Amino acid sequence: MTSVRYEHATRTYDGTSSPAIDDLELDIGDGELLVLVGPSGSGKSTALRMLAGLEPLDDGAIYIGDQDVSNVRPRDRDIAMVFQNYALYPQLSVAQNMGFPLKQQGVPKEERTARVREVARLLDLEAYLDRKPKNLSGGQRQRVAMGRAIVRRPAVYLMDEPLSNLDAKLRVQTRTEVVELQARLGVTTVYVTHDQVEAMTMGHRVAVLKDGVLQQVDAPGTLYHEPVNLFVAGFIGSPAMNLVPLGSGRPLQLGGSTLELSPAGEAAVVASGANGNITVGFRPEALEVGEGPLRAQIRTVEDLGSEVFVHLFLQHSGENLALVAKTSPPFAGRPGDNVGLQITGTTHLFAGDQSRLASTTASFRSAVSA
Amino acid sequence: MRGRTHLAVGERRWVHGAFGLMAWIVGLVYFFPVFWMVLNSFKSEQDANTSPKLFFHPTLDRYKDVTKSATGLLSFGEAFTNSAVVVIVSTIIVLALAIPAAYALAIRPVHKWRDVLFFFISTKFLPVVAAILPVWILARNLGLLNTRNVLIILYTGLNLPLAVWMLRSFFREIPRELIEAAEIDGAGLKGQLTSIILPMAAPGIAATALLCVIFAWNEFFYAVQLNPVKGSTVPIWVTTNISTRGDFLAKLSAASVLACIPVVLAGWIAQKRMIRGLAMGAIK
Ligand SMILES: Nc1ncnc2c1ncn2[C@@H]1O[C@H](COP(=O)(O)OP(=O)(O)OP(=O)(O)O)[C@@H](O)[C@H]1O
Ligand SMILES: [Mg+2]
Repeated sequence: MTSVRYEHATRTYDGTSSPAIDDLELDIGDGELLVLVGPSGSGKSTALRMLAGLEPLDDGAIYIGDQDVSNVRPRDRDIAMVFQNYALYPQLSVAQNMGFPLKQQGVPKEERTARVREVARLLDLEAYLDRKPKNLSGGQRQRVAMGRAIVRRPAVYLMDEPLSNLDAKLRVQTRTEVVELQARLGVTTVYVTHDQVEAMTMGHRVAVLKDGVLQQVDAPGTLYHEPVNLFVAGFIGSPAMNLVPLGSGRPLQLGGSTLELSPAGEAAVVASGANGNITVGFRPEALEVGEGPLRAQIRTVEDLGSEVFVHLFLQHSGENLALVAKTSPPFAGRPGDNVGLQITGTTHLFAGDQSRLASTTASFRSAVSA
Repeated sequence: MRGRTHLAVGERRWVHGAFGLMAWIVGLVYFFPVFWMVLNSFKSEQDANTSPKLFFHPTLDRYKDVTKSATGLLSFGEAFTNSAVVVIVSTIIVLALAIPAAYALAIRPVHKWRDVLFFFISTKFLPVVAAILPVWILARNLGLLNTRNVLIILYTGLNLPLAVWMLRSFFREIPRELIEAAEIDGAGLKGQLTSIILPMAAPGIAATALLCVIFAWNEFFYAVQLNPVKGSTVPIWVTTNISTRGDFLAKLSAASVLACIPVVLAGWIAQKRMIRGLAMGAIK
């Protein structure tokens, strides 16, 4: 049983004024694959390194299982880490690299060899056991790094962007392999990535970080459908959610049409205060291109075969506002065409403090015809 | 456009040629005295002392003269043994002290590591002459005058700052993640040193050791002040071939050549590693 718990964990680097990780509260269950995601510099690596014992805590505590490990040396934490650049020992062969943690633990040579072989078989590395890391491809190196982590059977795996040095295709393939491997081994895993697609596809739960502050931890679906704030709404999903600041006017107006909300949505807006700045968000798949009261112009059309992304311009309070819609092919529109838009899916409403007020149904109604 | 590029290329080639020629000239100017010394060492005293002579009857007699041990005088064999002991022992001590120091300064920087680093190099600012009297008195009071030990201690002290600086820059070249990975994988200081740091910094360590060897082998000033008789080193032995009566140029040349051989050999053997090591250190 190995759970991991961050308790008010805080880390401020020397010479910086604001914490890289600020008061982090996070519970990771036994056997869970938790993904830490966030933009560059949001503190993902720092959070992971704190768990590894490579960064000291300035405040709070970290538990692995029931043990407070805040002052425990990295090697006594029973963890294994996969680094972004793999950190393979260049002068050691693949077999020696994978056997290194075992050797340090004083595992006898025969058992070491057997365990390395077993993991090499699992990762399809048997043919390369005698090679040096520099004579391996990127994908093979990545697997060796995984192997070195697996072979010692630790309580927790830590992975810091382990796929980011692979090309796109291999990345997708390896992603699946890592998920399968983790499920099979059932070892609690903290996985860091800046790629929200990787986060959504891999994580049992996903923790979103921004500027060292945890924004939301939830299952991928929840994160997608019920983002707690504007940042999460904009960060999760590709293409990103359309986010349009509508200001403090009531009723809510966009590009000359009125946004009509469900009673629940209306109530949430009212409750937020009379002059609160409201931002409205709707995902590309919630925006229908064709007949609709909202007039817009097509900028570009991206036809991916299975789906089509339509990038649009909308005149809103004298500015060109960019929107994205997702439809299924065939799509007949061309750049420059004037089209009508309508919302057909969930609309999210965000308050002036960026928190989500409500997710509701809504539709545009032409202001002129009203 | 085309013409200009051609001109530029031509110009560059000309400049390259000029620099190359200059490098050769400088190299030859540097090399010439050494060449002349080697030439002289194969001459008779007479030939060596008369007007410069390129063609002569080469002989090994001068080498026989200088290596022949005369009673009461420092023999070549003794000097060579002394030098070897002093150089090897002091270099080993230097490495044994400098490697942990460099680890503490590069990999796990101690508090105020910049000051520490500066302190190390500041010991090189003082003129050696200014220190020789206190050093001599200390050595005398400790009964170390005319021993190998005094030179071992001094050469260790002389080379330590340089070795710490060099090793620190080599250790810094080692990616941090490698050491962190080793740390997580369960390696203590010993494991990190033996499995990661020392193997990876081997070229740098070799370069550092070689420089220490060369400096210690060539050191003359302290050797002549503190250890002029027994336990003397090769540079002192070379000067014993200067005699007040009669010609000695050819003999001195032969002795000098012998004194140079170990250093040249060491440099030549380690050339590749050393250049790589020095270049590596120079980046940081
Ligand atoms: N050793 C350090 N000293 C000072 N500041 C640091 C140090 N390491 C990281 N930081 C700062 O802490 C913040 C978080 O860094 P961190 O490396 O955790 O980000 P990250 O989310 O992993 O980013 P990336 O996706 O680029 O790897 C950044 O603002 C960074 O500049
Ligand atoms: Mg990072």
